[in-house]
Amino acid sequence: MASEPDRTEVVPGNEGMRYLESVPRRLVTLYLPLAIFVIVLLFPFYWMVMTSIKSNGELLSREGNPFWVIHPTLEHFKHLVFETQYPEWMWNTVIVSVVATFTSLAASVLAAYAIERLRFHGSKQVGLAIFLAYLVPPSILFIPLAAIVFKLGLFDTRWALILTYPTFLIPFCTWLLMGYFRSIPFELEECALIDGATRWQILVKIVLPLAVPGLISAGIFAFTLSWNEFIYALTFISSSEVKTVPVGVITELVEGDVYHWGALMAGALLGSLPVAIMYSFFVEYYVSGMTGAVKE
Amino acid sequence: MNRLFNNKHFLGMLFMLPAGVLLLVFLTYPLGLGTWLGFTDAKIGRAGHWIGLDNFQYLVGDSVARLALFNTLFYTVVASALKFALGLWLALLLNRRLPFKSFFRAVILLPFIVPTALSAIAFWWMYDAQFSVLSWALERMGLIHTYIDFLGDPWNARFSTIAANVWRGVPFVAICLLAGLQTISPSLYEAAALDGATPWQRFRHVTLPLLTPIIAVVMTFSVLFTFTDFQLIYVITRGGPLNATHLMATLSFQRAIPGGSLGEGAALATLMIPFLLSAILFSYFGLQRRKWQQGGRD
Repeated sequence: MASEPDRTEVVPGNEGMRYLESVPRRLVTLYLPLAIFVIVLLFPFYWMVMTSIKSNGELLSREGNPFWVIHPTLEHFKHLVFETQYPEWMWNTVIVSVVATFTSLAASVLAAYAIERLRFHGSKQVGLAIFLAYLVPPSILFIPLAAIVFKLGLFDTRWALILTYPTFLIPFCTWLLMGYFRSIPFELEECALIDGATRWQILVKIVLPLAVPGLISAGIFAFTLSWNEFIYALTFISSSEVKTVPVGVITELVEGDVYHWGALMAGALLGSLPVAIMYSFFVEYYVSGMTGAVKE
Repeated sequence: MNRLFNNKHFLGMLFMLPAGVLLLVFLTYPLGLGTWLGFTDAKIGRAGHWIGLDNFQYLVGDSVARLALFNTLFYTVVASALKFALGLWLALLLNRRLPFKSFFRAVILLPFIVPTALSAIAFWWMYDAQFSVLSWALERMGLIHTYIDFLGDPWNARFSTIAANVWRGVPFVAICLLAGLQTISPSLYEAAALDGATPWQRFRHVTLPLLTPIIAVVMTFSVLFTFTDFQLIYVITRGGPLNATHLMATLSFQRAIPGGSLGEGAALATLMIPFLLSAILFSYFGLQRRKWQQGGRD
């Protein structure tokens, strides 16, 4: 795996044979299907934006073109911020995601270094176990975890989420970082060992600086995973003031039979924004994290 | 003391400690506990007693559980097949010479990175029986005369949720396969073209064999995620209408948490493990093949 996001992209496609393609042919076989893909993949977001800035009256009227908005309004956003606990859910999500991400990252750095570089007895088996742990889905763990969380007295607290999110973050981060550490030459470490550096110094002063792209990839991906987590937050939390955004929107904003679509879409949009912004800054790291974990 | 800290076996164990403890307490132990709970009559707030296979016997005789198994398999097979076909197509498109390529790649991944629960609400709204924008557009185009009842009819609901799942999963498959495509050397295509291979033959005999290992891994992940899916169904249909879209994960949640029968829910979750194991074995053999293709390199 490359130690930094693939900037050394292999020459795209069949560069050498571009003379074989005519313009109309490219239009039908490339641009048209691609345009359809992009429109379908982005339409729900467009629809979220449109719905969230329409007034209730406009939302429920059958006249006019639903694809456009005549009198844009921010009433749904105002409702969310001032009349619901949305800001608190946002705050909870931020705290839980940040703490869980950093905890997992720290534990994963140590574990990946131990497995990949210290090569202790049984490190190969531990590496395999980490990979298998990565494949255990939350949907088969949430029931026993609920029992454990309850027994530990963590039910309905942020700690329940901060302590359980690492179960899917650590295997992922460790697996990813193992790949990055593998790409750092052994010779660097050997030199440092000869010069009398301790293992800890080697990790902090040599390996980690070289693995920064890997740390960013793992961190970004872990943050998005925790931000998007749903089933644990739904099961372990019951009071509104401790809920995360995805769970809060689903359980608190849906009241009875009347769906407040404007507010729901505004909530969905605001809740997606932080990860989308973060993603837009670190696309390359995100992609290399995602494909790196699969490619290994 | 210093010597001890430079002993790699001791230090290895020490470094493994934080990750190991967290994973043992919150992953390995619950995995075992979940299996055990499946054999008990535990309820919320009451420790269970061993009741052997009673839960499983009950579930086999329960028509809703059987329906959920069918739904899960149907959902997984159809959604995964669509995700693979569309994802491979999109990856091939993105691998061609294209202006703004990295922009397209970034935009296409958006459905995968936003919280599923939140994008699922958008689908729920688009599938609304009275105000669906999809029905509106189709009616204006003259393709339908009455609004489609996306979520009220069992088969409509199944396909609607599959569509939402495919929408979210295609970007993941496409971007991962694109990464695989980019590792295939263009000179192979040129050599094949010089030998007179048609575009289809180049795809069939150059692209596909070289891409097989990564397809195996990506699709294993995709199948795993789809089989254990929870959020989409919980948000869009809650398993309805008439349990037509209940997956094993959503049914297990419903029985265990709102229903209170932890034992029964855990038994349902345990029943998912054999399927997951077979998917993992599939992935293992996919990886094996990769080593062989690279000439047995470790």
